[in-house]
Amino acid sequence: MACIDARGLHKSYGKTVALEGIDLRVEEGRILGLIGPNGAGKSTALQAILGLIPHEGELTVLGRNPWTAREALMSDVCFIADVAVMPRWMRVWQALDYMDGVHPRFDRAKAEGFLAKTSIKRASKVRELSKGMTAQLHLALVMAVDARLLVLDEPTLGLDILYRKQFYDSLLNDYFDHSRTIVVSTHQVDEIEHILTDVVFLDRGRIVLDVSMEAYEARFAELLATPEHVAAARSLGPIHERQLFGRSILVFEGVDRARLAGLGEVRTPGLADVFVAKMTPTFPGREQAA
Amino acid sequence: MSAERKVRPFYWSVRRELWEHPAIYLAPAAAGAVGLLGFLVSTLWLARSVAGAVPKNDGLMMPYVFTALAVMMIGFLVSIFYCLSALNGERRDRSIQFWKSLPVSDRTTVLAKMAVPMVAAPMVVLAVILGAQFVMLVFSTVVVLLNGVDPGRLWARVDLRLMWTVLPYGLLVNALWMAPVYAWLLLISGWAKRMAIVWALAPPLGLALFERLAFNSTHVIRFMIERVVGGFGEAFSVKGEGKAAIDKFSDIDPVHTFSSPHVWGGLAVAGLLLAVVVRLRRSRDPI
Repeated sequence: MACIDARGLHKSYGKTVALEGIDLRVEEGRILGLIGPNGAGKSTALQAILGLIPHEGELTVLGRNPWTAREALMSDVCFIADVAVMPRWMRVWQALDYMDGVHPRFDRAKAEGFLAKTSIKRASKVRELSKGMTAQLHLALVMAVDARLLVLDEPTLGLDILYRKQFYDSLLNDYFDHSRTIVVSTHQVDEIEHILTDVVFLDRGRIVLDVSMEAYEARFAELLATPEHVAAARSLGPIHERQLFGRSILVFEGVDRARLAGLGEVRTPGLADVFVAKMTPTFPGREQAA
Repeated sequence: MSAERKVRPFYWSVRRELWEHPAIYLAPAAAGAVGLLGFLVSTLWLARSVAGAVPKNDGLMMPYVFTALAVMMIGFLVSIFYCLSALNGERRDRSIQFWKSLPVSDRTTVLAKMAVPMVAAPMVVLAVILGAQFVMLVFSTVVVLLNGVDPGRLWARVDLRLMWTVLPYGLLVNALWMAPVYAWLLLISGWAKRMAIVWALAPPLGLALFERLAFNSTHVIRFMIERVVGGFGEAFSVKGEGKAAIDKFSDIDPVHTFSSPHVWGGLAVAGLLLAVVVRLRRSRDPI
C-alpha cells in the first residue's frame, strides 16, 4: 500500500492557485524530498497531507482521508514544521507529560533518553530554549513516537549548521528503519540529498520532477567539459550551463554518459544544480532537450 | 508496531489549559489571600465585638461574604478573558500546528476549553473560598479563646453552614447560566484575528443601539445584561427573582432553577455555538 496517494490534488486560496492538481505517490519506507522555491506549494501539499486544510482531488494517507480523519491519522503520523510551533509557554516536563497522556504510540522513556543527550533542562520553558534546542526537543518528542509517516516542513529553518547536521543525523541513525516513511521539504537541498531515496521538484503548484534517486543518477549527468569539446557538448542539448574557473559545466538530462565521457569529466550533478536547471526556464538548451 | 497505550486526551487537554493560563487559579487565590489578610488584621478588634452585645445585623459575617464575592468576581473575570484568548492565542503563536499534529480531535480540544470556565474555574473559586473561610474561622476562634471569651458566642453568629451549601449550588447554576456567554466568547476567539473583545461586544451592542433608535425599546440590552449577570440572581436569590437574598435552607429551590426554560434554552444555544467553534478550529488558519 502506498503511504501517500494523491491524484489531482488541487488547492486554491481565493484566486491564487497553490496546487494545480498534482499526482503524487509515496511508497512506504521511502524518504522523499519535496523541493521548490518559495510559493511553490510545498507547505500547502504537506498541510493537505496532514489534514490541516481542506483540498480538492483524491488524497489518501495511510489509507485514510486526512481531512475527515485527522485525529485517527495523527496516531500514525508525526509532523515538525519550522521551530516556531512548539508552544512557548510550555515547560519540557509538561511536553513530556502531555505527549504521554494523549499519544497512544508515545514512548516516554525513549524521549527522555534522547533529551538526556542534549543540554535541555526539564524545568525550562520553550521560550527559554534556543532555536536549536527547541528543534532538538521537538525531534526528541517526535522520534519517541512509533509513527509510520513523519512529515517535516522546513524543519531546520533558522538553525545553525551544527544543529542542522545533528538533526538529520539523529533522524537517520536513531529513527529511520525502512518501515517508516519520511517526507521533508527544505531549501537546504545539499544537506538532505544524501539521505533521500526520492525527490520531487515543485514549481508554482506543479510537479516539475518526480524521480527516485537511483533513476536520478541514470537520468542526469554533469559534464566538466574540456575547452576544445565545449561546442560539441553544447550540441548535445544541455539543460543548464555555468562557468567555473573559466571552464564550462553542463548539466544533461537523458543523455547517455558514454557519449559524454569523451568530452570531459562526467559525474552526477548535485540536486541544487539540477534544481536550478529545472527552475530556469529561459535557458535555450532546455527547449532543445525537451 | 507497539501495543497502543491507554490515553486520556480530554483530561490532558484541560491540564494543558491550566498550564497555559495559570491565572485561572492564581487570580482567585490572590483575591482569597487579600481577603484573608485583611481579615487577619481585623481580628485585633474581634474579641471585643464577640464579647459585646449582639445587635441584629452585626458585621461578623461580612468578611466571609466579601471574600466570597471578591473571589467569585475574580473567577468570573478570569473566565471571560480566558475564553477570549483560548482559541486566539494558539493561532497567534502558531502552536495550533503543534496541537493539531497530535491525535486529539478538535471536538475534544474545544470541549476541554469550555470545561475551563464551566468546571475548572468554579471549582477553583469554591476551593479558594472554602479554604480562606476555614482559615478565617479557625484563626478567629483562636483569637477569641486567647481573649478568654467563649467561642460558642462566635460560632453562634458566624454560621457558615448555609453559605457552604449555597456556594457550590450557586456556582453550578451560574456556570450553567453563563454557558452560552462562554461559548459565544470562545466562538469569537476562534474567529477573530485580533481584538476579540471588540468583536465579542460589537454585534450585541450594535443590535441594542439599532433597537433603541429604530423602535425606542431596550429588549436586547436588557436581555444581554440578564444573561451576563443574571446567573448570580438565579443562583443566590429567592426564586431566582433577584429581590431577596437566600437566607435560609428552604430558600434554595433547585426545582425552580432546573425547570427554568432560560437555563435550558441557554444550554441549547451554547451547544449550537460550540458546534460552530469546533468547525472553526478545524478550518481557521494560524494568524
